[in-house]
Amino acid sequence: MQVNENKDFEPVIVAFCCNWCSYAGADLSGTNRLNYPTNVKIIRVPCSCRVNPMFILRAFQRGADGVIMCGCHPGDCHYTSGNYFARRRMTLLFSMLDYLGIERNRTRVEWVSAAEGAKFAETMESFTADIKKLGPNRRLEDLRCRKQ
Amino acid sequence: MNNNLQEQIIRSGDLNVLKCMRCGKCSATCPSYDEMEYHPHQFVYMVEKGNIQPLLNSESLYKCLTCFACVERCPRGVEPAKVVEAVRLAAVRKQDGNHLTADKIPAMLDEDLPQQAIVTALRKYAK
Amino acid sequence: MQRIGVFVCHCGTNIAATVDVKAVAEALGHEAGVVISQDYQYMCSESGQNLVKDAIKEHNLSGVVICSCSPRMHENTFRKAAAAAGLNPYMVEIANIREQCSWIHKDIATATEKAVILGRAAIAKVHLNAPLTAGESPVVKRALVIGGGIAGIQTALDIAEAGFDVDIVEKSPTIGGKMAQIDKTFPTLDCAACILTPKMVEASQNEKIHIHSYSEVSDVKGFVGNFSVTIKKKARFVDELKCTGCGLCTEKCPMKKVPNDFNLGLDNKTAIYIPFAQAVPKVATIDPEYCIMKKTGKCGLCSKVCSAGAIDYNQEDKFVEEKYGAIVVATGFNPIKLDKYDEFAYNQCADVVTSLELERLMNAAGPNGGTLLRPSDKTHPHKIVFVQCVGSRCDDSKGKPYCSKICCMYTAKHAMLIREKYPDTEVYVFYIDVRTPGKNFDEFYRRAVEQYNVHYIKGMVGKVTPKADGKIDVQASDLLSNEQLHIDADMVVLAAAIEPDKTARPLATMLTTQMDTNDFFTEAHPKLRPVESATAGIFLSGACQGPKDIPETVAQASAAAAKAIGLLCKNSITCNPCVAHADELMCNGCSSCEKVCPYGAITYQDKEFRMPNRTIAVRRVASVNPAVCQGCGACTVACPSGAMDLNGFSNKQIMAEVDAICK
Repeated sequence: MQVNENKDFEPVIVAFCCNWCSYAGADLSGTNRLNYPTNVKIIRVPCSCRVNPMFILRAFQRGADGVIMCGCHPGDCHYTSGNYFARRRMTLLFSMLDYLGIERNRTRVEWVSAAEGAKFAETMESFTADIKKLGPNRRLEDLRCRKQ
Repeated sequence: MNNNLQEQIIRSGDLNVLKCMRCGKCSATCPSYDEMEYHPHQFVYMVEKGNIQPLLNSESLYKCLTCFACVERCPRGVEPAKVVEAVRLAAVRKQDGNHLTADKIPAMLDEDLPQQAIVTALRKYAK
Repeated sequence: MQRIGVFVCHCGTNIAATVDVKAVAEALGHEAGVVISQDYQYMCSESGQNLVKDAIKEHNLSGVVICSCSPRMHENTFRKAAAAAGLNPYMVEIANIREQCSWIHKDIATATEKAVILGRAAIAKVHLNAPLTAGESPVVKRALVIGGGIAGIQTALDIAEAGFDVDIVEKSPTIGGKMAQIDKTFPTLDCAACILTPKMVEASQNEKIHIHSYSEVSDVKGFVGNFSVTIKKKARFVDELKCTGCGLCTEKCPMKKVPNDFNLGLDNKTAIYIPFAQAVPKVATIDPEYCIMKKTGKCGLCSKVCSAGAIDYNQEDKFVEEKYGAIVVATGFNPIKLDKYDEFAYNQCADVVTSLELERLMNAAGPNGGTLLRPSDKTHPHKIVFVQCVGSRCDDSKGKPYCSKICCMYTAKHAMLIREKYPDTEVYVFYIDVRTPGKNFDEFYRRAVEQYNVHYIKGMVGKVTPKADGKIDVQASDLLSNEQLHIDADMVVLAAAIEPDKTARPLATMLTTQMDTNDFFTEAHPKLRPVESATAGIFLSGACQGPKDIPETVAQASAAAAKAIGLLCKNSITCNPCVAHADELMCNGCSSCEKVCPYGAITYQDKEFRMPNRTIAVRRVASVNPAVCQGCGACTVACPSGAMDLNGFSNKQIMAEVDAICK
């Protein structure tokens, strides 16, 4: 594992949150004033199954250092089965990223319900800490996309 | 002066006196209650208000058995025994003659002396 | 190129305190396509909305970005405002800079930077937004009430009164809930059963109300106006339709040592039982854990004496599926377990009881027929100590952090009733604060002190020790006279904190509604929408939302009913236009999307397409039924050719947001 020496490294983290559970969970952590790092920027999607693996690759290409996807707990999907599809797709994507030699910790799938504001904040806290440990994403970033 | 003392006491004991809701459960089962001029709940209240001098002069400081019944019972996690202990520490520390500074330590080093004892001595007596 | 207006809300100081809103407006004003960028104190207020409307007209805006609170809060408000100004409502995007920025961050510089990035992502998305038109979906004219306590009963009665069918699902064999166990009610001291049981009968006789007792909700599907709920009717081993409630079986049952949970285990019942005389429905239930027939296969006495032939030992759980337009949650509360509080000796001493147990001890239908006797030796107690706030107002590790609200009043009630009935009994109440805000509540408490001479002592009980002579030593502090007290009591009554019912959390998960850290249901807005959950079509009634006394519970129950009636009165509700659609030119008819659609919204059609050289080819292409599609987007990712896309959350829009964040 690469150990990053740069203490000032502020990673860019993209979080995909499903509208019904995780986005509401993120709102709840706001309502309860539970702090988590500013590095995390949330994109609202109707369901975790809306997250195309391409979106995650695109984020890495554009220089994101970590991508996390949050959905309803298995069995609790607002659309009945969406998160099961998402789980399979992400498993496949992660095995591809493994094959490419991308650190496993750069991506994460987490189930956060609308009632779990505290869990959302904790998850984002620990994920950001993981990414800070890993250092910047250099393998997948496309330098041609970098805007100065 | 009292404000500094109050802050010192609160910091040294890592106290959270503002959590107290004045239920008095700490004093309800205190085994030294009758011996004490100021009771556990009064310690908490007086430290919160910065009224510390009477506590420093009171025998009550040394009547607390540190049995921790109050810590165990307190519904709010105020830990009154730790408040008493912190005030006691402030009273002990105030007595002069025990000061030790960092530069005096090398001369005192002795191969047989455990490291921990030196660190403790510095913590305890350093001003 | 879109003409975009950006509006940054201060939300008073909610946003402005941690995000430099002027700087955000300034920075976003320089983005491509942004023609106007403004900030305002309260964007959701009427003048704030007018600001947006005027800007749309004045600058001929084609897209709007609001940087404000969560879209779950005010997306609709701003969509309506845009529609009023002639802009398609789906050209509005919200950047969530309150819940997901200002409220969670403390540093102004970084929070402002994040707010700008979130604003940029929303602008990038609006650039790719297309106008959408919403369809409509019908409303099923039937409501479900989960929980049959006073909250559920009142809600059901009110909804039925308005002419709609209501189902009550109650997990125990009878409706009535906690109020049925209570003896008298404050502040009028009228008997609880006298005012509750007529309502229970009214509910059972109302032809619009259908009671599923001894049942649980096992699955919820669907959405507002069209929920599909599976109800599990637990096997009670008695045919509900045949049983007349005569009670002969309960007299003959040889298994008489079953703890009576209606009397909180203070006495025993039989293995086949009717919880109490006024139970609704008045139908017997067999407890299979104790029934000799169920355990050994030999007995069958109840079956022999039942002239109606209602006993059925082979009955199994049944599942019923029903459609509802609205769901009201009324799951109520329970007193907490007192195992954690060893100092009160609740588990060691039978004469240390909870307040709810005291209700049963004093109730005419209770274990002692209404005479207050010590549970241990059935003697009359002469000195009773009440302890307030047991497990309430505690540090998280020690109990519940909230005030249970009802304890001060019921303790005053108990103290008063005991002094009234047994003037030779001394009553002590240890309190931290007496909280009696309510109509005639403080007067009631003062009456206990002034008229009935109840000893109120400011302080807390620290230890309760049962003694060998049957007395109980209560050690406490009297803060006002600065004394430590020892009281030789005969009984100790603990005002245990109340907590939401254990079934509430799994239910919240099924309903996709929010809960707070204490497992109380969270209302859509703490002041302005107190009886609705954040999930459309789900309403809250009674103590499942927070500790409440009976008048408040009934008020909220009726309010929840009014909200549910409002929904049921509509013939249809506007549905979500953010549905999937297939690009027929790209679709190759592979059926991948059809397989993943949970709603069966996708079908295939053979369509004629013009091909080169003036030929016509027939191709199989997917088509989405927009009324059935719920817009989850599973199909969009499954589609190998990229023909399937989702309105409002298209591939390009999400990619644009990703790009904007990663810049």
